[in-house]
Amino acid sequence: MAKAHVYKRDHINTDEIIPARYLNTDDEAELAKHCLEDLDVHFVKKVQPGDIIVAGSDFGCGSSREHAVWAIRGAGVKTVIAKSFARIFYRNAINNGFNIIELPEALKKINNADELQIDYQNGLIKNKTTGIDIKFAPLPDFALEIINDGGLLEHIKKK
Amino acid sequence: MAMTITEKILAKAAGKGKVAPGELIDANIDICLCVDVTTPPAITMLAEKGIDKVFDAEKIVVTPDHFQPAKDIKSAELHKRLDEWARRHKIKYYYKIGRAGVCHALLPEQGHIRPGEVIIGPDSHTCTYGAFAAFGTGIGSTDLAAALATGKLWFKVPASEKIVFNGSLCPGVYSKDVILAVIARIGVDGALYKAMEFVGPALAEMSMQARMTITNMAIEAGAKNGIMAFDEVTKQYLDEHLKDKTDYTVFESDDDAEYEAAEHFDCSAIEPMVALPHLPSGGVPITDCAGKAMDQAYIGSCTNGRIEDLRIAAKILKAKKVAIRTIVVPATPTIWKQAMDEGLFDIFYDAGCVIAAPTCGACLGGFMGVLAEGEKCISTTNRNFVGRMGHPKSEVYLASPATAAATAIEGKLTDPRKYILKS
Repeated sequence: MAKAHVYKRDHINTDEIIPARYLNTDDEAELAKHCLEDLDVHFVKKVQPGDIIVAGSDFGCGSSREHAVWAIRGAGVKTVIAKSFARIFYRNAINNGFNIIELPEALKKINNADELQIDYQNGLIKNKTTGIDIKFAPLPDFALEIINDGGLLEHIKKK
Repeated sequence: MAMTITEKILAKAAGKGKVAPGELIDANIDICLCVDVTTPPAITMLAEKGIDKVFDAEKIVVTPDHFQPAKDIKSAELHKRLDEWARRHKIKYYYKIGRAGVCHALLPEQGHIRPGEVIIGPDSHTCTYGAFAAFGTGIGSTDLAAALATGKLWFKVPASEKIVFNGSLCPGVYSKDVILAVIARIGVDGALYKAMEFVGPALAEMSMQARMTITNMAIEAGAKNGIMAFDEVTKQYLDEHLKDKTDYTVFESDDDAEYEAAEHFDCSAIEPMVALPHLPSGGVPITDCAGKAMDQAYIGSCTNGRIEDLRIAAKILKAKKVAIRTIVVPATPTIWKQAMDEGLFDIFYDAGCVIAAPTCGACLGGFMGVLAEGEKCISTTNRNFVGRMGHPKSEVYLASPATAAATAIEGKLTDPRKYILKS
């Protein structure tokens, strides 16, 4: 079961997700070791494969570094649920085939350590801890197409 | 149908007569920027997909800048991957070390930015190029890989927001103060996904270098691009800098084009600003924060590392001594030489500053001025996020080159007008 790691913060930026001092590599496993390091130094010890990050608005603002998506994915995170996303992070996630969920009431309906089950097809998050079902608007069709193809480059190849 | 300048440029790039906000388009890319940290991953992706070609070797501009000259072995490996790729594909505009510089200062200076064109780069500050009535936007490495291979990229046409600059800047107040005032008002996601269109009489009075400082920071309000109209000042800059390809198309916003919002600023009332940690929206007038002790001053970056910025700093530092360590980083080799030829290096040296080679370096906590735990830096850069310039418990205060220079002299946040009005 996927566990929620909730950060009640807006504007969690790419410098916090993966500090530039680690950008001298693009190795996903290496980047993953430092995921969210400047926000929560214990995150990589806590996170389990399939877990979910939950945050406020403007998640991933700042740099264009795709390393932010790779660090999160490399750490085993399955998806990020946020009130909103910064635009380059949003593109980077889609282009990598990494699903993200925009949910304005993210911080109201999900508590830290809640167990979540996500049905992407029907836009439904089942909060197993609270017993609440949370509806979300799936990503637009063009984005889902890219994600389902396995990322932008595969999508282009297919076209 | 009435369109904004951003919509017109994107319509042309998509080969359409018109586009509207929210519309998905496939845009042709005119210039594709490649830098050291984010391009090597794109090169690897292309190799993994078996794509060993570029769409047009004359539409790609390559410069290592973030960690150049290589700051460590891993960075050297990134540079090596970039270098091998650029040579193999015979990239026409490849600025190797010695001619490499901070990309957003380098490309306009070397004549690669033309009005009406679409410029993408794997660096968030690619929005700088909007100062030239062009569409510039930052993208990630996968987008870059796709663009390098196909010369096209998907975009959602952004809604536009008008930012109107009325009045006239007072002495000691610069375009950096203006953009910090804008972001302080609208917030770091105040223009999320939008085109920020800057207009107004105060803008008309600014040089191209000053204008670039404003469009450079559009991303700090979450914008997709920042853009400005073409005028005589633009034309003169282009006349002096365009080399191989000198023709371009000028687009203008229609009078009845639609804007999602408008913000008006009386620039006569803007004071020198300092963005307090840890968001670029933390701007307050210097009069509200003067006196706070600093450990370092940093003058450089794609925001404020151009020759006019160095001149402003030098004028204040002339015949003075700095009280804290002060790092001056001319953004490109041309700026570096110009500063040396104009005697600015003598002023910086005499004041006790260190002058570094062109690099993004410490702006992103890379090297050449990284902060220790608890240290505070007055910086002419664009971001003051947690850990941005070094230790997660260090602090960055964003300001103009004038405020940074005045602060360097006194070792504490200082109103630059004190030095400017005196001289």
